[in-house]
Amino acid sequence: MQKFLRKNAPAYVFLTPWLVGFFLLSIFPILASLYLSFTQYDVVRPPQWVGLENYQYMFEFDYRFWKSLQVTFTFVVVSVPAKLIFALAVAMLLDKGIRAVGWYRALFYLPSILGGSIAVAILWRQLFDYNGVINSVLRFFGGDGPYWLSDPRYSLWTLIVLAVWQFGSPMLIFLAGLRAIPQDLYEAAEIDAAGPVRKFFAITVPLLAPVIFFNLVLQMIEAFKSFSGAFIISGGSGAPLDSLLFFTVYLFNEAFSYFRMGYASALGWVLLVIIAAFTAIAFWTSKYWVHYENERG
Amino acid sequence: MTDATASATDTAIMAAAFREARAKRARRAAFLKHIFLIAASFVMIYPLLWMLASSLKADNEIFGQLGLLPADPQWDNYTQGWNALPVSFTNFFWNSAVVTVLSVIGNVISCSFAAYAFARLEFNGKTFWFALMMMTLMIPYHVVLIPQYLTFLQLGWVNTYLPLVVPRFLASDAFFIFLMIQFFRQLPRELDEAAMIDGCSPFKIYWAIILPLSIPAMATAAIFSFIWTWEDFLGPLVYLNDIQDYTVPLALRMFLSQDSVSEYGQMFAMSVLSILPIILFFVIFQRLIIRGIAMSGMK
Repeated sequence: MQKFLRKNAPAYVFLTPWLVGFFLLSIFPILASLYLSFTQYDVVRPPQWVGLENYQYMFEFDYRFWKSLQVTFTFVVVSVPAKLIFALAVAMLLDKGIRAVGWYRALFYLPSILGGSIAVAILWRQLFDYNGVINSVLRFFGGDGPYWLSDPRYSLWTLIVLAVWQFGSPMLIFLAGLRAIPQDLYEAAEIDAAGPVRKFFAITVPLLAPVIFFNLVLQMIEAFKSFSGAFIISGGSGAPLDSLLFFTVYLFNEAFSYFRMGYASALGWVLLVIIAAFTAIAFWTSKYWVHYENERG
Repeated sequence: MTDATASATDTAIMAAAFREARAKRARRAAFLKHIFLIAASFVMIYPLLWMLASSLKADNEIFGQLGLLPADPQWDNYTQGWNALPVSFTNFFWNSAVVTVLSVIGNVISCSFAAYAFARLEFNGKTFWFALMMMTLMIPYHVVLIPQYLTFLQLGWVNTYLPLVVPRFLASDAFFIFLMIQFFRQLPRELDEAAMIDGCSPFKIYWAIILPLSIPAMATAAIFSFIWTWEDFLGPLVYLNDIQDYTVPLALRMFLSQDSVSEYGQMFAMSVLSILPIILFFVIFQRLIIRGIAMSGMK
């Protein structure tokens, strides 16, 4: 017993703040929100048990729920691959011992660090204004810019561009991954007269697969969770015509504008399940395309 | 004999010419690459430059123009913007500073505790807790937000900074634990073992060995913690209702909800000031930030 204590006591003392936080800020809230998702709760009166009604209503009647899913999925499916492609392309350009690499790296990364700020969200609204910079550029090239912010056909693009603009962090991770690929593989391929495309698909992609996978999972989760940009650019409501109704924005408004805490909790659980499912799918498919070095390939 | 020498010199000349051609091609490729990268960097940075330029422009000059140089720099935008809202920006910056500094302190202390236990100590249930800790990274904040809000409401903490700061002292941001674990693991084990033989307790080892050797990791965590808290919008949006208590992001949003459209210059001026601390941190600590990302692989 004493031995057990001597071994464990110090570790658990160090873990105490985290353990307290884990139970009070993660476990308890998750279970509480599961309970609340089966109730109607407006904060004023005590929660009323309604069974599966919230979920039933959500799936059968709530067209805003389906709309918000559609908006969020479109955002994830378009922005994440685009972001990763930019990140990998630029990382490959910067990889081969180019001069002033530090400067480029810093400049390409800067948007990532500022992209979540309200200042940038506000800036984005003005860039995509009908008389804003984006349309000025389009007109300069003879095009005609649409009403990006008020036309539901185009509004989501403003947020996709905002997300892709922040390709800096996956780029840095790709750079670190590219550095770890042994250079002699490329030299051997050159002797065999392999062209750049061949080298990319035969060497870079397979050896970088773990890093690509890592970035994919991370960016996907981030994209599902993204909130501030859509909230600010849509003026808090998901307008125009719910075309910017991100799942998180819908949830926020249900909870804190209409105080439908029960329904919002149900939405929260759906989000949790969606993210968990997508992560699980990513891990499951990774068996087929991600091979780690210490495995047989 | 002479033939052989001649062909040898020929080969040498050809090889030299070949090498030179290749070097030339490489130089031209590098040159084109630089042109492309410079252009791309400019496109990336242009929105920020445009924000800076607009913060010095008169309102009628901001829209429909791509040029960056203001015809007549309106420094007034800054002084007037500072006082454009019912409460002065002195207040907002002070509020943001208080929340941010406390959060950074909380994060660094509590996360380094947990990370030390996970990276350097042996205990029962370690893999179990570690797995749970990693899973919390995946939980969307929106899911736990509602019960957290209801709890803080019961405690009477809404409209104070406590809901924004106290969780930081409970290692609520598992990302930083993960970052520090990655770093602590790189430190040689022999240090702990030697200290243990000399009779040091785990607490002493944490304080006298691990912490001093982990200044870069602590600094990286502090910097990211600073940036994210400074930019945080959802937390303050939920918990702060009184304009006196607003942090800078909430204040900036008020520019949008105001009906008077003639204040773009001032809005941009305050936007520029709001991201200035982050840009300064980025310039000063760039190296730590970039290494931190490569090491932890996040954000």
